[in-house]
Amino acid sequence: MSKKSFRQAINEALRQEMLRDPRVVLIGEDIAGGQGGTSGVVDAWGGVLGVTKGLYTEFGPDRVFDTPISEASYIGAAVGAAATGLRPVAELMFVDFVGCCLDQIMNQAAKFRYMFGGKARTPLVIRAMYGAGFNAAAQHSQALYPLFTHIPGLKVVIPSSPYEAKGLLIEAIRDDDPVIFLENKVMYDDEEEVPDEPYAIPFGEANLTREGDDVTIVAFGRMVNFANEAADRLEKDGISCTVVDPRTTSPLDSATILECVEDTGRLVIVDESSPRCNMATDVAALVAEDAFDALKAPIRRVGPPHTPVPFATVLEKLYLPDAARIESAVRSVMAYKKTKQEA
Amino acid sequence: MQIAHDILLRSYRSMRTIRDFEERLHVEFATGDIPGFVHLYCGEEASGVGVCAHLTDTDTIASTHRGHGHCIAKGVGVDGMMAEIYGRKTGVCHGKGGSMHIADLSLGMLGANGIVGGGPPLICGAALSHKVLKDGGVAVAFYGDGASNEGTTLESLNLAMVWKLPAVFVCEDNGYGEATGAAYACAGTQKARAAGFGMPYLECDGTDFFAVYEAAGQAIAHARAGNGPVMLHVHLARWYGHFEGDAMTYRANGEVAEQRARHDCLKNFRQSVTETSLLEPTALDDIDASVKDEIEAAVKAAKNAPLPEPADLEADVYVSY
Ligand SMILES: Cc1ncc(C[n+]2csc(CCOP(=O)(O)OP(=O)(O)O)c2C)c(N)n1
Ligand SMILES: [Mg+2]
Repeated sequence: MSKKSFRQAINEALRQEMLRDPRVVLIGEDIAGGQGGTSGVVDAWGGVLGVTKGLYTEFGPDRVFDTPISEASYIGAAVGAAATGLRPVAELMFVDFVGCCLDQIMNQAAKFRYMFGGKARTPLVIRAMYGAGFNAAAQHSQALYPLFTHIPGLKVVIPSSPYEAKGLLIEAIRDDDPVIFLENKVMYDDEEEVPDEPYAIPFGEANLTREGDDVTIVAFGRMVNFANEAADRLEKDGISCTVVDPRTTSPLDSATILECVEDTGRLVIVDESSPRCNMATDVAALVAEDAFDALKAPIRRVGPPHTPVPFATVLEKLYLPDAARIESAVRSVMAYKKTKQEA
Repeated sequence: MQIAHDILLRSYRSMRTIRDFEERLHVEFATGDIPGFVHLYCGEEASGVGVCAHLTDTDTIASTHRGHGHCIAKGVGVDGMMAEIYGRKTGVCHGKGGSMHIADLSLGMLGANGIVGGGPPLICGAALSHKVLKDGGVAVAFYGDGASNEGTTLESLNLAMVWKLPAVFVCEDNGYGEATGAAYACAGTQKARAAGFGMPYLECDGTDFFAVYEAAGQAIAHARAGNGPVMLHVHLARWYGHFEGDAMTYRANGEVAEQRARHDCLKNFRQSVTETSLLEPTALDDIDASVKDEIEAAVKAAKNAPLPEPADLEADVYVSY
């Protein structure tokens, strides 16, 4: 056990799985870097933000493949390789670039198993960065997990900390279905204690980062940290919250979410993706349908406005949910009084 | 080749403006004042300027993530650009786009682009508009050696031929896509790629304004005359990292220094026009001085400009909703 960054935790998961299984290969743009350069230095970048650094040096050119800037072909190649014996981990860099290769994910990888009558296995992981807060503007900041969650056949993972990232990535690599693994780019330097040995965190099992009596906060990815921050502050005023990190949006641990809402009777959902047809609407529908009687107040969603991500810092701060907005949403559901006579 | 006096002066001014704009951004970025990603065009000035010297506001260009040079060459003002890069309300995109999304459609500048290979299909569309609307315009896609490997680019070459569009595809080949060399990433040659689609191909030294000017003139005239698209392959080098903060360990020691010493488009332009007495050194000195002031003023204004306001966040998602 030692302190590791989100970046190191991901690198360690990749390395340990590559050591364990020779079929695990890495594919992506500049995941090594320096190929065809004039200095002869390879592994010059190790990924655009240094996440795969050292893996080319350790595993060599038969395990780590730098690609041309051709997402449709290399993501598609990862899909094809997965269907035929390799276990690729492909890096899409920014998840926004899925626009260039969605067919291979949506119509190919996601469909094989079902369309081929249960005969195919496509053990593929696609890693990509998501999220606002980097001044990266509209084409490099989206949180597109609802898009993938919408597609049957894909699994979708959003780790909320270095510990979660390592365990969930190992699980993703060992899983036999196509998995979209989304890393919040603002979190790469976040640190916490992470075990040195390999461990896997199962999909579809939510993690309760804290348990309380008054309000359930369901939050995704980086928003889990903000939810915890808000819950800390609220605790001082005697409002106690349960914070649910679903870890995976597909499969979704509906049972745990429903249980928590049964216990607290109030629900706030924090989702940094665009607010129409996102995870917050999905979870709200689930609870409205299956835990209606438990609700003491309307469900509240905390998220960005229905706009692209703006560039300027002032606007991006307004765009992204934060602990203060979560806190006020929790206070508003606590203050809610039913006005109509109960039937 | 004969180039009019005013075009020479204007082109020198454009190249100097790009150089100073980018050098200044390099300095300002290091102070931590500039948010986001910044990709500098230093060293490549002659390409954007040599091409755009043949264009008017009726013509359209699409640029890349390394877009400042194309914007300046197409006539976008440095005040609005600098303010945009600083995320100010007075920026050309009101602070909503930043360095990678500077655009001014009124000048035929269809935008820098955060998506590699995003421009060539758009340019097919712009060329289609010019053709259908019969406005005499030409559409030009700037794209890198890296972008030449995107399916969107290759499909656009084909589409432009099939539709015989008034389009020019300017492949700005600086030998790298991020940290990966074109020697690794580009199979075959750009020339053979053009030939594969039956597209006329020209190439030139992109650090030599006169070479670019001449080749681009031919390509654009061909497209404008209704003869279909042309690929113009421009060889050049970037002087800074892929983006600010890149240590460039993948490049040989001295590679950039050699470029700066021997392939500086500004130095070579000055030498050429003064040796042949086309322009007086003092005329160039005057431009240098005035550009220096202009950039200084743009930075000062940007730093003091108002920030976007909360109401701006939800404005302009749609025309109407
Ligand atoms: C679709 C897509 N893939 C990857 C990237 C990340 N990226 C940004 S610039 C770049 C390199 C582009 O190389 P090139 O086209 O040669 O242009 P240069 O940077 O050399 O000007 C890459 C890979 C992106 N922005 N968009
Ligand atoms: Mg390049």
